[in-house]
Amino acid sequence: MDGVYLDNAAATRMDERVFEAMKPYFFETYAVATSEFGYSLGIEAKEALDDARLTLASLLGGAPEEFVFTSGSTESSNLAVKGVAQALAKKKGTHIIVTKIEDFPVLNSAKALERQGMTVTYLETDETGLVNLEQLKEAITSDTVLVSIQHANQEIGTLQDIKAAAEICEEKEVLFHTDATHTFTRVPFDVRKIPADLVTVSPHTIHGPKGVGGLYIREGTPIAKLMDGGFQESNRRAGLENIPGAVGFAKAAELVTPEENEQLKEMRDLLIDRLLSEIPDTILNGHRKKRVPQNANVTFHYVEGESITLHLDMRGFAVSTGSACFSKSLEASHVIMGIGGDHERAHGSVRFTLGRYNTGEDVNAAVDAAADVVKSLRKISPLGKK
Amino acid sequence: MKTPYSEKVIEHFKNPRNVGRIEDADGKSTEGSPACGDMVSVYIKVDDDTKVIEDIKFESYGCASNIATGSIITELAKGKTIEEAKKVTWKQAAEALGGLPPVKAHCSVLAVEGLRAAIRDFEERHGLITEREPTTVEILRKRLRHVMNPLTGLDAVRTELIKDIQVEDGTVKVVVDLPETHQFANVIKEDIKEKVEPLWDVKEVIVKFSE
Repeated sequence: MDGVYLDNAAATRMDERVFEAMKPYFFETYAVATSEFGYSLGIEAKEALDDARLTLASLLGGAPEEFVFTSGSTESSNLAVKGVAQALAKKKGTHIIVTKIEDFPVLNSAKALERQGMTVTYLETDETGLVNLEQLKEAITSDTVLVSIQHANQEIGTLQDIKAAAEICEEKEVLFHTDATHTFTRVPFDVRKIPADLVTVSPHTIHGPKGVGGLYIREGTPIAKLMDGGFQESNRRAGLENIPGAVGFAKAAELVTPEENEQLKEMRDLLIDRLLSEIPDTILNGHRKKRVPQNANVTFHYVEGESITLHLDMRGFAVSTGSACFSKSLEASHVIMGIGGDHERAHGSVRFTLGRYNTGEDVNAAVDAAADVVKSLRKISPLGKK
Repeated sequence: MKTPYSEKVIEHFKNPRNVGRIEDADGKSTEGSPACGDMVSVYIKVDDDTKVIEDIKFESYGCASNIATGSIITELAKGKTIEEAKKVTWKQAAEALGGLPPVKAHCSVLAVEGLRAAIRDFEERHGLITEREPTTVEILRKRLRHVMNPLTGLDAVRTELIKDIQVEDGTVKVVVDLPETHQFANVIKEDIKEKVEPLWDVKEVIVKFSE
């Protein structure tokens, strides 16, 4: 792409090294992963899958048997939420707890369960997006089967105190799931230190392939199978394994370094500082410090997000907005509304998400363009004038 | 660049005509839809004798289709009498823009409403309208024609998205022919409320879904 791509939370350009790692599994080792009593090509495929699984499980601090490949983070979170709910509905209870600002896979899985008769508590957050852990403690009852709290928010980047949340659940003996789609390899997460039972991860945010994802499932966690078919993934997820995807996932995860995360953080801070200081009537969405390295999200008051993104697109910048006009449901961002924002705050919100291929120069150019666009749109706007 | 908007829409979006305010306007309006995120203000200057709109300006807080429609209606209304300008429809505005994506109909209809409201404001100020009518199903039907069906870009009454309208003692009940879980259910509900709630004798609006 010519221009500057700043929507890395949605999808990323794949790293060539990831593509190279995947390539042999399309053209050479394309066989199904057979059992160890299969034929050579199938055994080779199985070994590649096992290696990828080991790499990814280790990065989370878990054992390979605890890592299930899926078709992406949407499926992972569906499997976690619905799978546990289904497994425990008769044995334990029918109550689950999620946050108001979860990404759609968890949120809409919870709503689907609600329509089937389960009870759902939607936890509030403060204005930075941090979940109220006292409310979590109070919300857990003997009927609660699962708590799902995201590690970081998809729109505003706020990092939850996931260890404290997981420990509350451990103490109350309730299963805990976290959607770590936006933190995997970017923010340290170790299941030996954080007692999470289920963790959703995906390579699409870290320059890996689309169409593959993973779910960490702690040993012994009761979980129903959602996808019926064969006995793949230790009988937890049926379907022909996506071996190139799995290999690419592992490669993408290995390529992320602490140095890169530091660089992203520096660019993020430059972006946030310049946007807030140089464009009047601009506020930060999310927490200033407890934030993923790659996310900046601000609201430019008095202007609407789709107009901003379209103007920026004409100048070669790809960003996204929480405005209703931009969304497929025509509804304003449930995240900005969920943290107590009004419609205006949601409609004027713009998310910039960074990746490996961005530079400080990109960031500076984006701020200059945004400043210009916001200024010209404010001239047209009936709001914010004295 | 890829965009669902016509060249004309993009052109008006980039260079909107007649932007701003008229400080001593003869008629003005602000129509807003917080649920959709759009707002339009329209200012008109009307010749006392000929009732011709001599000057018109607009301001927009909204998406590209909202800005472009605001711009085009000022061009369509300028030089027309208020009676002629009242008849400017959303369809004409959309055609003048080389078409609008159906899903954007409800963002752009606001500018047309803004023009009509500014004319109404002029009429009220000049004693051309006298008494307030009680709200009837007919009035509601007319008003709800400004709720756009995001599936087709056509109005919700004509496309029979609105299945039933009832009014009794200030309570309006509207039944929408969609399941409650539909992708656009919330946005249509908000839209209906916004169109009906401002009516002077309406106290409550209840929107129900058919399934």
